[in-house]
Amino acid sequence: MKIKAKRVIPGMGLSLGVTIAMLSIIVLIPLASLVVFTGRLSFREFVDVITSRRVLASFEVSFVTALIASLINAVMGVILAWVLVRYDFPGRRIIDGMIELPFALPTAVAGISLTALTSDKGWIGKIFDKFGIKIAYTRIGITFALVFVGIPFVVRAVQPILEKMDGTYEEAAGVMGASRTTIFWKIIFPEIRPAVFTGFGLALGRCIGEYGSVVFIAGNQPFKTEITPLIIMAKLQEYDYGSASAIALVMLVFSFALLFAVNLIQVHNSKILKGGR
Amino acid sequence: MATAALPASKNVKKRSAETNIPVNSRTAQPDMIHEDGAGAKAVRALLIGVSILFMFVMMVLPLATVIKEALKQGWAAYQKAVTDDYTRSAIILTLEATVSALIINTVFGLFAAWAITKFHFSGKKVLTTLIDVPVTVSPIIAGLIYVLVFGRQSVLYPYLKQAGIQIVYAVPGVILATVFVTFPFISRELIPVLEAQGTDEEEAAALMGANGWTIFTKVTFPHIKWAFLYGVVLCTARAMGEFGAVSVLSGHLRGKTNTLPLYVEVLFQGFEWVPAFAVSSILVIMAVIILVIRNIFEHNAKTRSGGI
Amino acid sequence: MKNRKIKYAALASAGILAVSSFASCGSSASAEKEDGKITLTNVSYDPTRELYAAYNEAFVKHYKEEFGKDIEITQSHGGSGKQALEVANGLEADVVTLALEYDVKEVQNAGLIEDGWLSEFPNDSAPYTSTIVFLVRKGNPKDIHDWDDLIRDDVGIITPNPKTSGGARWNYLAAWAYAQKLYGNDEAQVTDFVKKLFKNVLVLDSGARGATTTFVENGQGDVLLAWENEAYLSLRDAPDDYEIVSPSISILAQPSVAIVDEIVDDRGTRDAATEYLNYLYSDEAQRIEGDNFYRPSDPDILKEYSDVFDLDIDLVTIADFGGWDEAFAKHFADGGVFDKIYEE
Repeated sequence: MKIKAKRVIPGMGLSLGVTIAMLSIIVLIPLASLVVFTGRLSFREFVDVITSRRVLASFEVSFVTALIASLINAVMGVILAWVLVRYDFPGRRIIDGMIELPFALPTAVAGISLTALTSDKGWIGKIFDKFGIKIAYTRIGITFALVFVGIPFVVRAVQPILEKMDGTYEEAAGVMGASRTTIFWKIIFPEIRPAVFTGFGLALGRCIGEYGSVVFIAGNQPFKTEITPLIIMAKLQEYDYGSASAIALVMLVFSFALLFAVNLIQVHNSKILKGGR
Repeated sequence: MATAALPASKNVKKRSAETNIPVNSRTAQPDMIHEDGAGAKAVRALLIGVSILFMFVMMVLPLATVIKEALKQGWAAYQKAVTDDYTRSAIILTLEATVSALIINTVFGLFAAWAITKFHFSGKKVLTTLIDVPVTVSPIIAGLIYVLVFGRQSVLYPYLKQAGIQIVYAVPGVILATVFVTFPFISRELIPVLEAQGTDEEEAAALMGANGWTIFTKVTFPHIKWAFLYGVVLCTARAMGEFGAVSVLSGHLRGKTNTLPLYVEVLFQGFEWVPAFAVSSILVIMAVIILVIRNIFEHNAKTRSGGI
Repeated sequence: MKNRKIKYAALASAGILAVSSFASCGSSASAEKEDGKITLTNVSYDPTRELYAAYNEAFVKHYKEEFGKDIEITQSHGGSGKQALEVANGLEADVVTLALEYDVKEVQNAGLIEDGWLSEFPNDSAPYTSTIVFLVRKGNPKDIHDWDDLIRDDVGIITPNPKTSGGARWNYLAAWAYAQKLYGNDEAQVTDFVKKLFKNVLVLDSGARGATTTFVENGQGDVLLAWENEAYLSLRDAPDDYEIVSPSISILAQPSVAIVDEIVDDRGTRDAATEYLNYLYSDEAQRIEGDNFYRPSDPDILKEYSDVFDLDIDLVTIADFGGWDEAFAKHFADGGVFDKIYEE
């Protein structure tokens, strides 16, 4: 059956060819240069660069804040997509339209605005300052900026799937006495799970590499709030291409591994889907 | 657990395909109607409340800040900033880069999504992952890699120079950077939808003798048009706002290779606070225009399908 | 069957390659000189935007009067180190006007500028200079007058990061110069002083402008360490909120200018580029520089601005640190003194 499926639909050679050619020109060949430039360092130097305490600390800052932000995004993204698709209320269209704002706003402007909002003189920061919580210039601030940067990925990944589902089966399940939580986890979530993973993965990847918006809100204190892209930037300023591409390569490998894992889960999911046929 | 839900979910797809109604939320579906209406209402209110609060804090307030700062010195100062010659050339370049990115990524997205979801081949997972890589590459690195490939220290540089081709620190570099950062956006939106849809319908159509183009336009595209539209919007928005990668590749030549976000940065760094925010507001306005266009599309589709 | 697919794939790849190479050809660099107009590209750093906007206008007029030809200047602004990097990587600049001698040297190391550029123009090829001052809140509530006030526990400092901001290296070196004066050559104590100072730094922004925003717009900290010209730009926007304090010792910051030899020879613009940089030393240009809060290098014209600039600051120069290469290697390179301050 599967072998047949492979043959009947036309266009495999063409589509695969175009895909691979474009991917190579735009992504793979340029990325290979990173490896070439890292090759300027000896292995020993490479290890020294990426395991220096400051770089390790920055990895921690970047990964932890990106992970928390992406988890928040995954949850909020599903809620937002759900609300936008399933409920009708005044202002829904406006919210729907604003989802892409984080993309359109230049990251520097976003960073400056968010910092202005969350510093202890800003509208939001003032409120939290009363409870002794500082947002701007701490890791909370970094996370805040990253949530802003990553939210469209999850919402826009989940939304189309939800729109394609209609309420019939939830209704049926409801009539049969399934509770709302059961319906969500048993009927809705399996459908949107690949999309949630996709959105989460993309948001996380983007958050780890984000520079423009974070650099204003971070405070950039070494060992505390210094993010990895800032260190890369510093290395470039010192004309140290080797170290810069070494650190970049580590981030790249990590991102790749992460995305690969997400894709595995997704493929696994769709296999379940097909097996159920 | 998942298997239990599956027969149902498969049928959902079938059903919507047969009736060919783009199941669209705009036709306000009834909220989950079961057991206690009060509980459902509470959940509904809670979720809407959380969403509105989140959007208010994350989107409305930053936007308000931009507008507040842009108008800090009054309307005249704002107008002067947005009608400046350099602003105009930045708008044009931004549009050029965005449209180029959109075209290239649409071509790529459609082919890639088709290849990945309709066929079985080894290395598929690696390919899917590679497509996503541009999103996760730090924008600075994205710019850097092109400098390494096409810049003065590259082996290609003498040849390029001889041929009179300038890529880095010129418009092609700006376009390349924009394409790179938005590369997976369209394919990424299409793949989950096509994945969920399966290949049954295409197989059937192919067996009935339809060619690839017909299958795509008649069978596949109706399923993916909303996802495609989201992809286009996402891609456009991100392409307009891209700063990091473009900034590495543009050279900031005023009036020549400055996109809007770069021009904002130049103004900001040059201690021109108000013009910086005024020019940012242009980007916000452009994003709003895209949203309006998308809504018109959706509205048209809805009324058309409503007429059936 | 399989063969055909591979053929398709190969064909498609070839097609894409062809299209993409066409696309890049189509948009390649256009002819530089249309209708006999000379064009120059000046790659500069961030806060000089208004300075060169004014200067270019004056220069275009001067050039027309003197040589009867039209000239057009394209400006590029960005972080000084980043701009140098871009020129080294192929950004076609006829002249560079950067913040640091060190950055111009990087362009030289890339083989684009010939040795000896530093003495090509008067005053170490620095037509204007600046220095590091303190920007404090109006009325100077924390009573900050000199560098030793900055290590008090109750003072919060804002400065950009010397690792990412070329300009911020001057801040660090100025503090170092003060401590050296205080403790003589006892390096441990000097380091300790600078360390205490950076302990008080609340936010270490990546660039000068970011630091100013943190201090001015977001109200963080009590004192901003800034270049004099940038401090004046902040003051101009909000004269009632801030004041400038000049410390007893500071450092003479010499932004360097140079002709990019390889490019001007290639494009045949050497004469125009030389004239462009030479005219920076003319009386007219020196006054434009003064009006934009840079210290004119001409001592007579500098005196005209004595009500703006504090001319009594004791200014050390980079030569006191053994030149840029030595200062950089000792303080800012990986594992240098600045890194050690933040270790442990």
